Amino acid sequence: MNNPSTGPVPRSTVPMTFHPGEEPPHLSIEVASDPSLLCGLRELVNRLARNIGFSEVQSSQVALAVDEALANVIRHGYDNRPDSRIWLSIWTLAPNEHGPGLRLIIEDQARQVDPATIKSRELDDIRPGGLGVHIIREVMDETRYEKRSGTGMRLTLEKRTSTPGKASRPGVACLLSTPSSTSPPNPSADSSCGPSSETQTPTSEPGKDHA
Amino acid sequence: MTERPVLKVETSTRDGGAIVVRPQGDIGYHEAPAFRAAIREAYDKKPTMLIADLSGVAYMATPGLATLVEALQIAKKTSVRLVLCGMNERVRAIFEIARLHTVFTIVNTVEDVAAK
Repeated sequence: MNNPSTGPVPRSTVPMTFHPGEEPPHLSIEVASDPSLLCGLRELVNRLARNIGFSEVQSSQVALAVDEALANVIRHGYDNRPDSRIWLSIWTLAPNEHGPGLRLIIEDQARQVDPATIKSRELDDIRPGGLGVHIIREVMDETRYEKRSGTGMRLTLEKRTSTPGKASRPGVACLLSTPSSTSPPNPSADSSCGPSSETQTPTSEPGKDHA
Repeated sequence: MTERPVLKVETSTRDGGAIVVRPQGDIGYHEAPAFRAAIREAYDKKPTMLIADLSGVAYMATPGLATLVEALQIAKKTSVRLVLCGMNERVRAIFEIARLHTVFTIVNTVEDVAAK
């Protein structure tokens, strides 16, 4: 796989499959399929969304959707191999009647699956796992899975700041928001990467059997 | 990537044999295994009740939910009460989206557990 002219990932494998006439992303990141990187990525997306006009609540929804989608790629697409590649491309969308927005595209080189088979489990079937796709579809305005040409999958997510409907539901509205006066017994628990103190417990193998 | 612990989880035993598991930090895909290990360790001590105090958890994604659903399954199998407490609004919201908030016994604080 190594190519002296381009580094460990040859140019031919970089899957930025933009449609004709589509402008280049405003931000694009190539990231290893390493679960330890997810925390930083969701914080980046959260801050970017906030910066273009999403509320704290909405920004957290976008970050959660990206976090779930990337975890799905790592677990189901790459079988938890940490050295594969994932591409995250982000466009800021000019305001329309629903305000400004974000389009995020996540691409991988993992095995392809029929997009029609990508479903959440039935919510009444209480068992661990199978909820990531449901969460993504609930918090984003648009969610579209596609097979990429050749190899891998492509997930397009979109959300605008003023879209009416499901995003305003109470249950969806407070994900990752700043702690309010009614929140936690421990309001100092701000979302952040890593543990909150020096003392640690042993950990098990990252990214196994949990998504 | 550099290996380092990713989630602090405090465990304490209360009078009467209840064990309180208190994770501190985000619980996403990377962090959930540490939470799961702490819960399994707690069950191995055969508690009368397991209390998951989530007051130190600012963010939880579906791997955290999956860990708690698994904990609930163990609780039912071993006839141990499982109670969740200390959820902030963001964590509670993901339970609601997943319609899991009616499946668990959820109280505000550890002190409220005895009253439940």
